[in-house]
Formats: sequence, C-alpha cells, structure tokens
Amino acid sequence: MTETVVDFPKNFAEALNNSQLRRNLRAAMDTMGHRRRTLFADLDALEQLRARGDAIRWRALRQLPDLLEQLEKKCTENGIQVHWAETPAEANQICLGIIQRHHASRVIKGKSMVSEEMHLNHFLDEQGIEALETDLGEYIIQLDHETPSHIIVPAIHKNRDQIARLFHEKIPNAPYTEVVEELNAIARKVLREKFFAGEVGVSGVNFAVAETGTLCLVENEGNGRMCTTAPPVHIAVMGLEKVVERLEDVPPLLRLLTGSATGQLITTYFNMITSPRKPGEKDGPKEVHLVLLDNGRSKIWADPELRQTLKCIRCGACMNHCPVYTRLGGHAYGYVYPGPIGSILTPQLEGLDHAGAMATASTFCGACEEVCPVKIPITTILRRLRTESYDKADSPNAVKGHGYKVNRMESLTWKGWALSNATPWLNALNAKVLGLAGPHLSKLPQVGVLKHWGQSRALPPFARKSLHVLAKEKGIADE
Amino acid sequence: MSNARANILARLRAVAPQEPAATPEPDFYPATKLGHAERIAQLKRLMEHMHAEVIVTDPQHWIATLKDVLRARQVNGLLYGPAGPLGAALEANWDSELPPLVGYTEEVEQCKERLFALDAGITSTRGAVADVGALMLWPDANEPRLLSLVPAVHIAVLEATHIHDSLADAIARERWAEGMPTNALLISGPSKTADIELVLTFGVHGPKELIVLVLDDERG
Repeated sequence: MTETVVDFPKNFAEALNNSQLRRNLRAAMDTMGHRRRTLFADLDALEQLRARGDAIRWRALRQLPDLLEQLEKKCTENGIQVHWAETPAEANQICLGIIQRHHASRVIKGKSMVSEEMHLNHFLDEQGIEALETDLGEYIIQLDHETPSHIIVPAIHKNRDQIARLFHEKIPNAPYTEVVEELNAIARKVLREKFFAGEVGVSGVNFAVAETGTLCLVENEGNGRMCTTAPPVHIAVMGLEKVVERLEDVPPLLRLLTGSATGQLITTYFNMITSPRKPGEKDGPKEVHLVLLDNGRSKIWADPELRQTLKCIRCGACMNHCPVYTRLGGHAYGYVYPGPIGSILTPQLEGLDHAGAMATASTFCGACEEVCPVKIPITTILRRLRTESYDKADSPNAVKGHGYKVNRMESLTWKGWALSNATPWLNALNAKVLGLAGPHLSKLPQVGVLKHWGQSRALPPFARKSLHVLAKEKGIADE
Repeated sequence: MSNARANILARLRAVAPQEPAATPEPDFYPATKLGHAERIAQLKRLMEHMHAEVIVTDPQHWIATLKDVLRARQVNGLLYGPAGPLGAALEANWDSELPPLVGYTEEVEQCKERLFALDAGITSTRGAVADVGALMLWPDANEPRLLSLVPAVHIAVLEATHIHDSLADAIARERWAEGMPTNALLISGPSKTADIELVLTFGVHGPKELIVLVLDDERG
C-alpha cells in the first residue's frame, strides 16, 4: 500500500477549513438523506426489509467457504474463469496477466471499490496500460488525479464550477460550461470513443450468486454495461464476501442497496452476467474472468463479532448520515473506504497501527447503525477497535497492529488512577490537593494535549470539595 | 499465486462452524397482488417517472404506433434482430419512407462501426416487473446485448401479460435459478447520472430515450 502515513489531524483541519468543500458536502448529504427517507417512508416495512437483508448476509457469511467453492464451480461450468488472490498485489498481477495475454493497452473500467483497494489504475499505468474510468464521477476525479471521496458518488466533493474548469482545461476542445447537461454531453462524447476502442473491460461485482454462478452489477449510466459487453474480455474483481447463496436473495438486497444508496426504487440497469459469449451469440466478451480478493477478509471473518463488517453491501448510507463524514468528506480519512464503514473496515484491512486513528473519527451517535441496511453494529466494532488499540495481548483474533497506542506515560497515569481509587487515604489526599489547586488549574498553560482540547473549550476548574466529601457532609452513609 | 485458493480456503475452513442458522428471515414484502390493468398502470407510472415513454397499444396495431414514434424523430436507421420475435413483422410492414431497418446479423467485431453510428434500436422483452417499474430483457443470439445499449433511442416491445408483480415473483415463477442466460437485464428508463452536484440528467452512456410499446389485448 502506498498510504502508510496519514496525517489525520492535518487532514481534518484542512477539510474543516475548506468552506467550499463544506458547502458541497452539506447540500449533497442532506439531499441523499432526504431521498432515502422518502423512499423508505414506511418504517415498519423498512425494518422488515432490513431484518431480511441482515439474515441473508448472515446466512451467506456463515457458509462462506462452501459458497465460494460453489460459486467457483458454477462459474467454471458457465465458462467464467475464476482466480483467487490473497493480496491486492496478486490481484493486480492476475489482471495484468490477462491484459497482456490479449496484447491490450486500453482498459475501460466501470466503478469498483475493490479496484480502488487494489490501486489497479496506478499499477496498470506503471505498466504502460491506459485504465480509463468511465463512470462519470470516477472519470471526473481521474481527470484531476484524485481518488473517490464517496463510495457511491465519487466526485461529490466537487461542484459544477470546479468540474467546468476541469473539463475545459483537461479535455481537448471542450468549451467552458457550467450547465450540467452540457458537461454530461462532453463526457458522453469522449467516453463513447473509449467504449468503442476498449480492449478489456474491468468491473466490480455487487452480488455474486453461488447457486447459478451469476455476477450482478447495479448502475444508472450504462457505462457498466458498456465495459462488460463491448470489449472482447471482461475482468470482474470482487471482495470474497460479496457472495450470496441463492438467486432469490438478490431482490431484497437490490432494493436495500438502491434505496439506501440514492433513494431509488431501482437503478436504470441491473445487469446479471452468467457466462461469456456463447457460440452463435453476436456480442458480449468472449472471455469473462472473476478475481476473488481476500486482502485480510478471511481474517476478519474468523472473528464472530468483526465478521459483521463483511455484511456490508457498500451503499454508502452510513456516510450520508455521519456527522463526521458530512463535515470532512472522504479524502480526509486518507484511505479508500471513508466514513463509518471505512472506519471499521480499513483498520482491520490495513492494521490498527496504520489506520487505527480512523476508529476515533466517530461521535458514537449511532446514526450509521440506524440506517445500515444490513444492521452492521458499527459502534460496537468501533469500540472493539479502540479497545484493541490499547491491548497488546496476542489473542488469535486480535486485529492487526493492535496495542499500537500503548505508551508508558498513559499506562502509568491509569495505574496511578486505579491505585488512587482503590486506596481510600490516597484518594482523599488527591482530592484535597486538586481541590486546593482548584481554580488555578484552569489557568494551566495550554500546551500538549491541552492545546487541542482547549482550543474550543474552557478548561473546567476542579471543585474545592470532592463529591465524596460533599456526600459525607450531607450525612449520606458511606457503604 | 496458485496457492492463493488453498490458503484462503484453509483459513476459512480453520474456523469452527458457527451456530447453525438462527436468524429469522421475514418475508421480503407483504406480497402485493395486482390485477392486469393495475400492473400496466403501475409500470407506466413508474417508468414515466424515470423519463421513459410508455405507450399502451393493441397487438394488431403496434407497428403503426412504432411508425408514429419514428416519424416524430430524426433517426438514421433502426437496428433490429431479423431472426428475433419482432423481425418478420417489421420486415413485412416496413415503408420506404421510414428510416431503414438495419439487421444486427454479424458478430460485433465485424459491425462495430455501423453499430455505433446508428441512432435507434428495437428489441422485444422477456417481460417486466411492476413493483419497481422495469423491463426484463434476456438478450440472445437473435437480439444481441448491445442492441438495447448503443443506439441513442431504445424502443422496447412488451406484452402486457408478461408483466410480473415483482422481480422476486418473476424469478420464482419462471424458475430462473434452473438456468440463467448469458446476460439478464432489468431496465427502468433511459440512462442517467447524478454525479455532478446530484443533478439528475438523462442520457449519459446508454440510450438517451427509452420508448416502451405495451401490447395489451384487453385494451379498450
């Protein structure tokens, strides 16, 4: 991974001070929340649907190894070639191998978060292969050498003026226009030529059905269908948790996904791919490849609590409703998956020692859990990650990089606190000393930890008498 | 790399099986049973909301309706599948003053340029789902996949009796799990995006217009 050092405090400060970003986000997140609420107006029906979605994902995860083998068997029978990758590097090599075997240099891509996780574009670029994003939002940010800031609407941090300038500067002969329809038309024209010329199409997978060996893709623009139909080769990349057991599991999950993501009853296209072009058929790829990526998922799966992370269907509703995400946007998190789901997934994938700070980017308000279509207990997992940040013990299911926050000063402080609370005379002495110092403590020089904490808060003065003493004076019995 | 499969499965198999299924699975929705006319009305309402044009016509006169649709537009030709369910009827009733019928008869590698240059395409449909308002297409050798995707205008012909209440209903009644086609599609309108400031605009990479001709015997 390239993102080893993320300076969270700096990122957060920059994002919070970017008023343009704050305005763009505010408007977008309010709209997405409103659309979701409008679609799921019947709350009882929604609860029933969420319970169903949760149960389907649980059932799939419970049988994960069996379903993956069944998916592989079915896909293979159907003519889809299945590849397994333990790491993003392996997955990239598999893609490169396929692309090179076809002597291809022009790859067209549909939206895929797993390909972002693999940093596939960057990897292919280094090999001299053009990997062009074709989803409008992804195309916009690729032009500006950015990464997605939201898993559903990747360019949500940009407004139309910014996109107008970008198109005018980066696309030859594109006029300057802030009319959204015209910007669309410019992109359509450029990308049509790319669809025509694309030699290999790459896509993600929303659901993979083990029962039939079917890959399901959800989209509105038609670029996903283009990438999976027009070129002679299609490579689908997916995290291995995306498998579901039966075809009948798909309709409830589809409703939950489109409703939670964008408040849509259904997207324009739901694309179900079960085989490459059969003899006599006139179009569609002659080869379809499915790359199953682990990248730490099997380790997450081993822990019954953390496993719930893998129920995620990537709708992004947790982001749209998160008071932290809606003020920062996705880039400040510094990793591929931002927001609440990113804050529980990324530290597990990358290690707490790298991304553990993401688990602290939460107010524990629980809005993410309330909207999650598959009922992931996000705050429970956040708390687990925070606890493990201070836990050096090597239990079999410990999260990678656990115990990274343990430091002598803090350990000593807490040891002292514990001792003080278990030793009545010491506790009384401490309370007395702090009480005497009382009002002066709020005038402590604001350095170190106090500097950040005190920036927008007044330090509270210590009371002259502790609660313990006050209670005693009131004659409340000390048990 | 060949060990990836074995390693991943070994890791997953190393974990003792969890408790057997205990999570209750409530019904998807309280199943709504719609009548024939309601199904058509619901489909029309939802698809029109998504900017599709839905015209209910009778099976004897749909070609006349199609001709009206084409006369109202400037298109340079109509792509179709000669061996598909609509082929014979189109050929038998075509007028010279209409945009020419162009058959999708070769593999895409042989006809890609022509395909990308045509303005309109027509397909049959397998059916539709009323609860969300979407067409079901199972493209095949006679009506290939790009026929409903590349031309800017997609005209789809739907038999009213093939409208299901829901996708779940269609999957169950038609026993999809027993054999899926190369590609199955749901299509709810012309292509669209909201990637710029969430402003909904139609006609991005796929068709800019979707026109649905619903053939209804019980019409009138």
